[in-house]
Amino acid sequence: MTTTATAESIKLEVKNLDLYYGQKRALNSVSLSIPEKKVTAFIGPSGCGKSTLLRCFNRMNDLVESCRVEGEILMDGSNIYDKKVDVADLRRQVGMVFQKPNPFPKSIYENVAYGLRLQGVNSKRILDTVVENSLRGAALWDEVKDRLHDNAFGLSGGQQQRLVIARAIAIEPEVILLDEPASALDPISTLKIEELIYELKDKYTIVIVTHNMQQAARVSDYTAFMYMGDLVEYGNTDTLFTNPTKKQTEDYITGRYG
Amino acid sequence: MRNILKVPLLKAPVLWYKSGSPWIWLNGGAVTLCMLMVIGLLGLIAIRGFGHFWPANIVLTSVTDNTGHKQIIMGEVVRSEVIAAAVARDNGFKIPDEQKLLNRYLIKLGNKDITSRDFMWVLENGMDAWQYPQDAVAVERREWGNFYGYLVSINENGTSILTQDAANFWPEVDARLKRSLKLHDEIAHIEKARIGSINNAIQELKLEHRRLELKGVSGAKMAEAEAKFADRKAELEAEYEVIKKERDVILQEAKRDQLVAKTADGKEVVLSLDHVVRVTRPNEMNVFAKTADYLSRFWEFMTTEPREANTEGGIFPAIFGTFIMVIVMAIMVTPFGVLAAIYLREYARDGLFLRIIRISVYNLAGVPSIVYGVFGLGFFVYYLGGNLDQLFFAESLPSPTFGTPGLFWASLTLALLTLPIVIVSTEEGLSRIPSTIRQGSLALGATKSETLWKVIVPLATPAMMTGLILAVARAAGEVAPLMLVGVVKLAPALPVDSNYPYLHLDQKIMHLGFHIYDVGFQSPNVEAARPLVYATSLILVLLIVVLNVTAIKIRNNLREKYRSASD
Repeated sequence: MTTTATAESIKLEVKNLDLYYGQKRALNSVSLSIPEKKVTAFIGPSGCGKSTLLRCFNRMNDLVESCRVEGEILMDGSNIYDKKVDVADLRRQVGMVFQKPNPFPKSIYENVAYGLRLQGVNSKRILDTVVENSLRGAALWDEVKDRLHDNAFGLSGGQQQRLVIARAIAIEPEVILLDEPASALDPISTLKIEELIYELKDKYTIVIVTHNMQQAARVSDYTAFMYMGDLVEYGNTDTLFTNPTKKQTEDYITGRYG
Repeated sequence: MRNILKVPLLKAPVLWYKSGSPWIWLNGGAVTLCMLMVIGLLGLIAIRGFGHFWPANIVLTSVTDNTGHKQIIMGEVVRSEVIAAAVARDNGFKIPDEQKLLNRYLIKLGNKDITSRDFMWVLENGMDAWQYPQDAVAVERREWGNFYGYLVSINENGTSILTQDAANFWPEVDARLKRSLKLHDEIAHIEKARIGSINNAIQELKLEHRRLELKGVSGAKMAEAEAKFADRKAELEAEYEVIKKERDVILQEAKRDQLVAKTADGKEVVLSLDHVVRVTRPNEMNVFAKTADYLSRFWEFMTTEPREANTEGGIFPAIFGTFIMVIVMAIMVTPFGVLAAIYLREYARDGLFLRIIRISVYNLAGVPSIVYGVFGLGFFVYYLGGNLDQLFFAESLPSPTFGTPGLFWASLTLALLTLPIVIVSTEEGLSRIPSTIRQGSLALGATKSETLWKVIVPLATPAMMTGLILAVARAAGEVAPLMLVGVVKLAPALPVDSNYPYLHLDQKIMHLGFHIYDVGFQSPNVEAARPLVYATSLILVLLIVVLNVTAIKIRNNLREKYRSASD
């Protein structure tokens, strides 16, 4: 449970975070720091708590009734679990992309504009610009520019996932959480998403949960290995994959279990 | 090879059972049975219903009654049946001993004004050969039902101007009938629209006067108002006199022509043309002419008002009443049901209380509809309606406005009746929406209500439409509660007209379902009404189909729009 990333500034800092689903403890006093404008990957076997931890960053766990969180997460120094924090506001700053593409039953354009419209932006000029920029940012513009007003369900799975990313970056968050964003996609779409992540880290702090260790190795700067609700090892991706300090980590990344 | 042969052979039935075929046969059989029942029912209704309008040939024959008296009859054969000869013998008919069975026919004789019985069962024994005289006419009249016989001449103001042997006799009949029908329409229009609106205005004046009285206005002010009312009333009455004169002129015009006709047994009668709807000679018509006549009769059935205690004429007020009632019901039940379902599914905290509410809602769907009728009468009509009258329509008391059964209460009762259906299907629709869509919206900083209204509810609209489809189907076919809360056997006017406020929610309406009951079981003339029962049933089924197909079209459009969200 060492904390690395000293050279860069810290975007998110998790301090002794415990999380319970009813009586069941899902996270055991996890502490780690996530550096700004880098990609941090969470890996580990199913049920290890990596998605749960990810969902703490935008308080998606609040939706689960029996869920209880202890400890704190600091974003730019202030606790996001503070009572005064407006959750909707937080989620505007911490965007999220889910495992399965979940576009809304609207046109491509309206999907991307959704977040802005929520904030009361209705000027066509602004929306047009933001939609174009976001779709370009998500490397989707060229594929959809002629059918912006078609239903988003007409897109392929990979396109839908990039649309969801465009939707997330349209409201200019500071952090983007990716929850196994490529697990439901074919290899080519996966590759595109990975390239996209690589481009996005210039502007955003990215946290990604993945089952795919190669993917973690390819896209991330830092990797955290979790097991049974514990943060086992956290460090520079290259170091963690080539020279893990813990036996458990080594076993996992060499494929001995998981 | 030897190993395979050694495997003990399963017996054929066991093998058949294991293959799963019995299940396929069982399921297929169930579907077949359902289809047979549906097709059988619809087929019966369609054949009997559509068949009624086909112009039947007019038969001329003579029959012998049980006293041996011979009688010439003319009419349409409605149906025939085989009876035991013994029955006829018991009734005094002379039937040869060796004959065991015999046919009897139901003949529609018409001419109710002359013979007083318009249907008659006759036996084949003692019957002459059937003839189909070319010039036999069926005259459909506004009163007394059909007339069967021959036309003799056309009279104008009592003097004969053209006899039946003239070459231009039939075209002249048609032309004069057309003129008479046109005059009839004009009179109807004057009475309904123009005189109706004057009546309405006079009624409004009375109410205005009463309103002032209730307000406690008196003395000079009241006198002034009364003077104004009197002036206005005099004005309206003068206007009425003018219109009335206009109408009387047309009325006189319409009385100009008469048809002189002869019954089969030679009795001469005069039929005033303003009481005639249609004159046909079915024996002389070919298939195309009959088809044209058929279509025009069917159209008339759909678009005109009933006559003769609902046993003749059309059913337009009932079609319109059913339609408007269902629409008003849909407008009321949808928002209530959808909002209730959203609350139950999205906001209510899970627990015993919610479960009790859910069970109650589901069980409401099983409450007999007459119970809703009684509730509607007691609560809506007498309590709510009575109070509404006290508050807003005090001037017309003691005659009630909303304190009496009417369109609005009928629709509201049906809305209550169909509420569970809408709630249940909307809830199911909401629960089918994947949680990832919800989370996607929340993750973008949307609040719960923003997520709900911008994403979830649009996605659930197909389910809401499904609920509405079921509700409409149930409501359009419901009869029992409606008899208590606003449906009558004969409504004087449609609930929509040209007088403000155009849609009269307080008016009583006619309804196809109730019309079927009334015509079929409350009618003074069962034989005449029987085909109308089938025809009305057919129209009711068609109306429900039309309403449903519309709703299904809308739902499919919505589904197409939100296609893969439910995948």
